[in-house]
Amino acid sequence: MTAVTQTMPAAAAPLRKTPKGTFDIVFRNASFLAALFVLVLLAGIMLSMVVGGWPAFREFGFGFITSSVWDTQNDQYGAWPAIVGTLSTALIALVIGVPLSLGIAVYLTQLAPPWFKQPVATAIELLAAVPSIIYGMWGLFVFVPLFAAYVQVPLSNIVEGLPIVGTVLYSRSPSGLGIFTAGIILAFMIIPFIASITRDMLEQIPSVLRESAYGIGATTWEVVRHVLVPQAGVSIIGAVMLGLGRALGETMAVTFVVGNANRLSASILDPGSTIASRIANEFNEALGLQLNALIALGCILFFVTFVVLVIARILVSRVKTY
Amino acid sequence: MSMTTPSTASQTPHAEWGRVRPARRTADRAMKLIATGFTFLAIFVLFWILGMLIVKGIGGLSLATFTQVTPGPGSEGGGLANAIVGSIVLTFLGIAVATPIGVLAGTYLAEYGKGSQLANLIRFINDILLSAPSILIGLFVYVILVEPFRGYSGWAGGVALGIIAIPVIVRTTEDMLRLVPGPLREAGAALGAPPSVVITSVTWRAAKSGMVTGILLALARIAGETAPLIFTALNNNFWFSPTLSGGVSNLPVTIYQFASAPYENWQQLAWAGSLIITVSILLLSLIARRIVRGSK
Repeated sequence: MTAVTQTMPAAAAPLRKTPKGTFDIVFRNASFLAALFVLVLLAGIMLSMVVGGWPAFREFGFGFITSSVWDTQNDQYGAWPAIVGTLSTALIALVIGVPLSLGIAVYLTQLAPPWFKQPVATAIELLAAVPSIIYGMWGLFVFVPLFAAYVQVPLSNIVEGLPIVGTVLYSRSPSGLGIFTAGIILAFMIIPFIASITRDMLEQIPSVLRESAYGIGATTWEVVRHVLVPQAGVSIIGAVMLGLGRALGETMAVTFVVGNANRLSASILDPGSTIASRIANEFNEALGLQLNALIALGCILFFVTFVVLVIARILVSRVKTY
Repeated sequence: MSMTTPSTASQTPHAEWGRVRPARRTADRAMKLIATGFTFLAIFVLFWILGMLIVKGIGGLSLATFTQVTPGPGSEGGGLANAIVGSIVLTFLGIAVATPIGVLAGTYLAEYGKGSQLANLIRFINDILLSAPSILIGLFVYVILVEPFRGYSGWAGGVALGIIAIPVIVRTTEDMLRLVPGPLREAGAALGAPPSVVITSVTWRAAKSGMVTGILLALARIAGETAPLIFTALNNNFWFSPTLSGGVSNLPVTIYQFASAPYENWQQLAWAGSLIITVSILLLSLIARRIVRGSK
């Protein structure tokens, strides 16, 4: 702070020589324009997706969303398998990731010994810093073989021939790649986001509430279940939506493990594809209408994640997330 | 275990479990066990990933990794020199694009736009961009910079990374400037300094370490980005052109292309590259966090 007070007169002095306030006006307008640029970015992304995807939307109309055909030979494109793949991987990620994240948030705020909190919180945050492609490498070369040998093969033997589960959980070729594997990897990728927001929310709850619950004899679990969770409820849903937004658009990790099959399978253990993985896979070889169809896929992804993220941000409203 | 009966419990009011019924006790213990187990599972996965990178990547690290260019299909040896340099160039290009815009926009939100509806909207949209899928930003830059100029380029890659970094820098800059106490600004204004001078030589100076942290976090965020580069800078198996036109080699896309290739030295290099990139990013994040904690 001493440095600040010392430099003040020196910094103010040269200003008197310049035309009064020119720098002031330039600076103010420059920062205003930079802030407007953020809006322009979002509008630009939206516009470029709509314009780039327009030929595909015009060609196939509403059928682009409902059709399951992806035929590069005859230039027929439908987004349905990719949409279903995107939604199902994200849903599996939430089903696995949300309980884990809530458990971690409860551990960090209620159970961890004080000296242990910081290292654990840092480790969880580092999970978010690991690049997507590294999750893909881990998934493909470490997790997938284990998953195939110890989960897919035994599970397929058990459920074979049974109604419903025999379809949903049966894998014709237990390679380890598939929608479910992608969901598991995604779950670990979204944990740090959900857990850290939930932790911040739980910490903001006035401790009087917690103490009075303990005072009437509640156990830790009862305090969490009946006091903390209802208090933080809406923002926890916001945090989950934020995780959903991440899971929907995650690209590289999913591309490695989802199997990149173009058709829709009834089993969640079979290979499939997501919007993001389809774009990443085909983009560099795509020409003409296929390129437009891929950008149209991006357009669908944009609007889905946009809606999810808007709801998430309204629910969470201003918490610390880097 | 006589503690569970009400009569003994009332005699020992300070006993930990007092008059708690066994069912409540079991539920509580189960919850604690599950929460602890989940936490250690997540930490285990982090160390599993790091362990995997060290075991598989360290064998591929040698002097040649840093001095030789990426090998062609089926050829022996080779390194990652062009990919490493390309990654550094693209990342810093991204930061160079994002820093002025991000810092100025964050300054507007914290200093000029207090309470204005427009500033609230910009803040909201910035938070959306913060979590927007990076692949969409890659597509956007493809549509505006690659398609019109008929070719992939390092400039497009740098702009794509910059767009991903902007919201991070806007957010941290605003948060850090808000931590600067109002009286500091008033003291500056009382000396006759106009707002711009107060901001640049008082507020920025006071929030400097926090703002640097924001830039470091943005650096860590974009250094490992792969998806946006596939549509913009693509890759290059040789030294890229100094004008950054055409494909520019970079680590993430090289890892992506080499990892599942049928050549053993490519796979080995992919692992070495993964180790290099992950260790650098984790170190960057740790340093940024250390600065934040030190300044508080």
